[in-house]
Amino acid sequence: MLHASHLSFAYRAGAARVIDDVSVTVAAGDLIGILGPNGSGKTTLLKMLSGTLAPSAGAIEFEQRPLTAWTRRDLARRIALVPQETHAPFDFTVLDIVLMGRYPHLGTFTLEGPADLAIARQALASTGTSAFEDRPFATLSGGEKQRVVIASALAQCPALLLLDEPTASLDLGHQLDVQLLLAGLNRNRGVTMVLSTHDLNFAAALCRHLILLHDGHVVAQGPTEDVLTPDTVRELYGVDADVHRHPIAGHLTVTPLARVP
Amino acid sequence: MPLIRKRLVVTLAGFGLLLLAALVTGPLIGSTHISLAKVFDRSIPFADNTDAQIFFIARLPRVLAAALVGAALATAGVVFQALLRNPLATPDTLGVSSGAALGAMVAITFHFDFAFAGIASIPLASFAGSIGALGIVYALASARRRGLSTIVLLLAGVTMTAFFQALILFTQYLADFADTFRTVRWLMGTLDVGSYAPILAALPIVLLAFAMLATLPRSLDLISLGADAAAARGVNVVAAERMALASASLATGAAVSLAGPVGFIGLVVPHLVRLIVGSDHRLVLPASALFGAAFLIACDAIARTVWSSGELPVGIVTALVGGPFFLWLLVRK
Repeated sequence: MLHASHLSFAYRAGAARVIDDVSVTVAAGDLIGILGPNGSGKTTLLKMLSGTLAPSAGAIEFEQRPLTAWTRRDLARRIALVPQETHAPFDFTVLDIVLMGRYPHLGTFTLEGPADLAIARQALASTGTSAFEDRPFATLSGGEKQRVVIASALAQCPALLLLDEPTASLDLGHQLDVQLLLAGLNRNRGVTMVLSTHDLNFAAALCRHLILLHDGHVVAQGPTEDVLTPDTVRELYGVDADVHRHPIAGHLTVTPLARVP
Repeated sequence: MPLIRKRLVVTLAGFGLLLLAALVTGPLIGSTHISLAKVFDRSIPFADNTDAQIFFIARLPRVLAAALVGAALATAGVVFQALLRNPLATPDTLGVSSGAALGAMVAITFHFDFAFAGIASIPLASFAGSIGALGIVYALASARRRGLSTIVLLLAGVTMTAFFQALILFTQYLADFADTFRTVRWLMGTLDVGSYAPILAALPIVLLAFAMLATLPRSLDLISLGADAAAARGVNVVAAERMALASASLATGAAVSLAGPVGFIGLVVPHLVRLIVGSDHRLVLPASALFGAAFLIACDAIARTVWSSGELPVGIVTALVGGPFFLWLLVRK
C-alpha cells in the first residue's frame, strides 16, 4: 500500500537530520506502531507519510504512485492523520468537527448532503461519541476530544489512518477505549493504521509490527514479538526492563526496572 | 442539527431581511423628517422635492457607504480571526488599516493633488498604504519557511501597527494646524462620503474580495483547527492562507480608504453572529457581511441623530457601542 524508502528530513539544509535514512513498508491491513523517546522523529515521520511534510531526501510511494503526484484533496480521501492535540479556537460542535472530515470528498461549493451526515453519524457511533454530537468540542475532556478527532478522521473514509500519540494524556480507562476502538476498526473495517506512542504496553497489545526510532534512525523494525526486547528497550530509553508475555492478556508487557547508568 | 443547506437558507433569509430593513429605514432617520411617499412621488420635480433631495443626495450615499464598509470590515474580521486562530483578531491586527491610515495622513499633510479615474488622492493613497502594509507583513511571515507562520504574522502585524502609528504621529507633527485637524477627523472614521463616486470606486474591490472568499469558508473552518490538521484533511493550506489574507486585506483597504478606520465592527459583529449561527464559516461569513452592513447603518443613524448640534463621526459611535458590548461578551459566561 505504502512504501517509503530512505527518507531523511532536516528543517534547514545542513541542519541535523530529524529523520535519517528511514524506510517503511505498510501493507493493507497492517497495524504498525512507531516507538521512540521524545525527539526521536516519530511525529516528523508520520507527517511525511501523510504527505503534509515533504521529505528532504528519499521517496514515498502510495498505491503505486509517488506521494508527490497526488493532489492534497485526493490524498486526503485515502490517508487521514489524527494529530496529537486538536484545539478549536471557536465553538464548533462535535458534529461540526466530524463533518469537516468530509472536506476532501466535497467540491468547493458543494454542501454536505444526507449521505455525508450518515457517514459522520456512523463515525460518531463507532467511536462511542454519538451522545455528545451537539456539545461544543471545547467542553469535552481530553479522552472525548481524542475520540471525536478519530471520528472526524474516519469520516474521511481513509484506507490508511495515521495517529500521533493517540493515548497521550488519557487515563487508563480511556486508553483502553482507544485501544479497543483501533483494534476493532482494523479487524472489522480493514483500516490500515500506523501510530506513534510512548506507551510500550499499549503498542505491544495493539500493534503487530513495530518501528523503533532513536535520533531519527531505525533501531529495529519487524514483528512486535521479535523487536520488543530488553535490549531494544535499553537502547531506546536507557532503561533496564523486564519484557515477557502476559499470561492472561496474551501479549508482551514491559516493566521498567532500573535506569541504565 | 439540521443539514447545512437548510441552516444556510435560514441564515441568509434572516440576516438578509435585517439588512433590508436597515437599508429602508436608514435614509428616513435624521434631523429632518422626510416621507418615503413624497420621496418617490414622481409628480414633483426633483429640484422642488426637498424630501427626495435629502433622501438621494444627503442620506442614501451614507447608508450605502455604511453597508459597504460594515460588510467589508465584519467579513475581514472573520477571516483574520480564522487565519490567526485568534478570536480577538481584527481587520487592524495585521497593520492593514494602520497602513491605510498612514497613506491618508501622508496624502492630507503633503497635499497630494491628483486623481485617478475620478478617485481622489486621499482614498488612493490610503488604499496603497493598506496594500503596502500587507506586502511588508506577508514578506516577513513567509521569509523563513514555505507557507505562513501564524505567530510571525501576528507579531509582525502588531509591530507594524505600532510602527505605522508612530509614522502617523510623525506625519501629523509635520502638518500645519488645519491639516492636523483634517487628519485627526479622518482618523475618527466618517461615512460622510458626499457622493456615490467613492462608493462605486470601492465596490468592485470589495466584490472581488467577497468572490475570493466565497471559495474559502470550509478551508477556513479547518485552518482554524491548525495548519497541519487542515492539510491532513485535504486543504491546500498555503494557497488558502494566501487567498484569505489577500481578500481580507483588499476588503479592509477598500473600507478604510472609503470611511477611515471605523473600529470594533470587525471584532463585535463576527462574535455576535457566531452566538446566533455557530462557528461554521459557510454561515458566519455571509451572515457577518449582512449583519455588519446593517450594524454600521444603525450606528451611523445614531451618529447622525444623537448630537443635536451636528453629526458625530461614526467611528466614535462604533467604539462607544462596541467597546462595552465586547467587554460584556467577555465576562458573560
